[in-house]
Amino acid sequence: MSWSQETRSRAEEILGRYPEVRSAVMPLLYLAMREDDGLTADGMRQVAEYTGLTPVQVESVASFYTMYKDAGVGKYVVSVCTSISCHLLGGDGVLAAIADEAGLSPGEIDRNGVVFVERAECIGACGGAPAVQVNYELVEGVEPESSRRLCRWLIDDQPAVVGSDRMQAEFGGRRSFEWGPTESEGATGPIPAFGPYGTAEPVS
Amino acid sequence: MTDRIITTRMEAHPEDSNTMQRYEATGGYETLRTALAEMAPEKILEEVKAANLRGRGGAGFPAGVKWGFLAPAAPRYLVINGDESEPGTFKDRQLLERDPHQLIEGIVLTAYALGVNQTFIYIRGEYPRPARRVQRAVDEAYAAGYLGDDILGSGFSLDITVHLGGGAYICGEETALLNSLEGRRGEPRLKPPFPAVEGLYAKPTIVNNVETISNIPWIVANGGAAFDAIGPEGSRGTRLFSLSGHIERPGNYEVVMGMSWRDMIYDIGGGIRGDRELKCWIPGGASAPWLMPDVLDEPVTLDDTGRLGSMLGSGGVIVMDETTNVVAAALSIVRFFSHESCGQCTPCREGTTWLQRILERIVSGNGRPADVDLLLDVCDNISPGLRWPPAQTTICPLGPSAVSPITSIMTHFRPEVEAMIRQGVPAGV
Repeated sequence: MSWSQETRSRAEEILGRYPEVRSAVMPLLYLAMREDDGLTADGMRQVAEYTGLTPVQVESVASFYTMYKDAGVGKYVVSVCTSISCHLLGGDGVLAAIADEAGLSPGEIDRNGVVFVERAECIGACGGAPAVQVNYELVEGVEPESSRRLCRWLIDDQPAVVGSDRMQAEFGGRRSFEWGPTESEGATGPIPAFGPYGTAEPVS
Repeated sequence: MTDRIITTRMEAHPEDSNTMQRYEATGGYETLRTALAEMAPEKILEEVKAANLRGRGGAGFPAGVKWGFLAPAAPRYLVINGDESEPGTFKDRQLLERDPHQLIEGIVLTAYALGVNQTFIYIRGEYPRPARRVQRAVDEAYAAGYLGDDILGSGFSLDITVHLGGGAYICGEETALLNSLEGRRGEPRLKPPFPAVEGLYAKPTIVNNVETISNIPWIVANGGAAFDAIGPEGSRGTRLFSLSGHIERPGNYEVVMGMSWRDMIYDIGGGIRGDRELKCWIPGGASAPWLMPDVLDEPVTLDDTGRLGSMLGSGGVIVMDETTNVVAAALSIVRFFSHESCGQCTPCREGTTWLQRILERIVSGNGRPADVDLLLDVCDNISPGLRWPPAQTTICPLGPSAVSPITSIMTHFRPEVEAMIRQGVPAGV
């Protein structure tokens, strides 16, 4: 199977940003995840073709990083930070609450394929600890109770696009710093929401 | 005296400090315009050397000296390290989100000084919001003629590519970052050769932190001597500290270095949450050894903190109050390094794993009397002699970083660790 015309255009555009094609491996892996709703063997073969590598070389790169996830992670990756600053302010309790609300252990996905819960290492929100990310969109200053509501909202409402500002307003508390102007865009899936990847859309 | 350099605009204009319109309205890109018209590249290098600006990423190496090492071969590259991942650190996120044009102007000035025509901004994958802000600012800068071909009619050209990581702390180490940017596993390289000689695509490359480069427009506008007049010798300029943990007012604070830790924690940070007692703090991110209240009146400088057996590192100050279970805190840090070890070097790969397992059994109430010595023995295999600065048996300093929390609790809280093992009961957090 080959990629859609849109994905192929994005791949060409991304390849043009680098002096050597191999540098496009990581962005193309995100395109592959978007195309197939997760990283697949076929997706990695496509990336290999674009970059002149073997599929095994591409897999070797993908497996090194935490964010290249296979199709089994569903619609929302919920990353709960328990690194030191979040640990000191109750991050482990937030992780337990979210896992309990979803009926999961960290590293598991619910049976409807909606929510995947993971214990994350430092997400750079230490001043607003404890913090979580949903599809890498940040929510700071959460508590066990508010994080349960966040989890329930994802499972029940299944929003098409998740954005930091809305989640922060509904479920968040203290922030690391004043965030400045509102962001209109959010994430459409468990891939960082970034224009060149086609993964950022206006928050619904 | 100047007490703010890099957060001035975002403080004055919180509603739109990230936009081109606000940046230009507050004097932005004027320095670039003047520099491209009137300054030779060597003159900028001279000013940055005179500023004695030390890198803000963690190692504290003088930026001007680093630039001076850049080998003459072409092409050459400038890479901005925005892979901020050191636990306790969230300052670059604020600079990326709130004043991306300041970074871009710093990049163009730096690239002009170094004869670079291609820059990469490597932003950690978990920072999509900062990355969107930076990409929008880059697009605006291209449209306004501050990037691209023949910038402002100077004949100088520069392209910027924003690159997202894939989730790996180790890519903050500059050679791992370069491997990652080349589309490889983020495994650190042996040095030498240093990136300034053989970096990206084996070409001469300068890797600088976001905060470091955000200082460049001010330095070029005001002169290196003006920067060198701020703060104590060896710690010139301001620094954006991230305060977190059991502190009343966590956040990022741009301050002139040289104040006491007491001022930092009690005045700026508002003291300890709930008026509790301070137990200890980490002065420069999770890699740094912990400091005790008896040194609260020591000055906050790079060299003084090094003399105390720790480091200012990434500027992440993590405060722990009297209720802290230090073994559980050490476990959180060790688990981080165990998770983030790239696996190349045996002492780090195996050592961090074993440290985590031993701490887990102590925290869960199953510690053994021999575990105290065992922890120290494993640490000694990662970093022989357990001295500061740490000896290294590994390619990069990640392994020795995992030793810091262990030596800290063994030096300062050994009776607590032993009591926890003796009592054999699960400890609260």
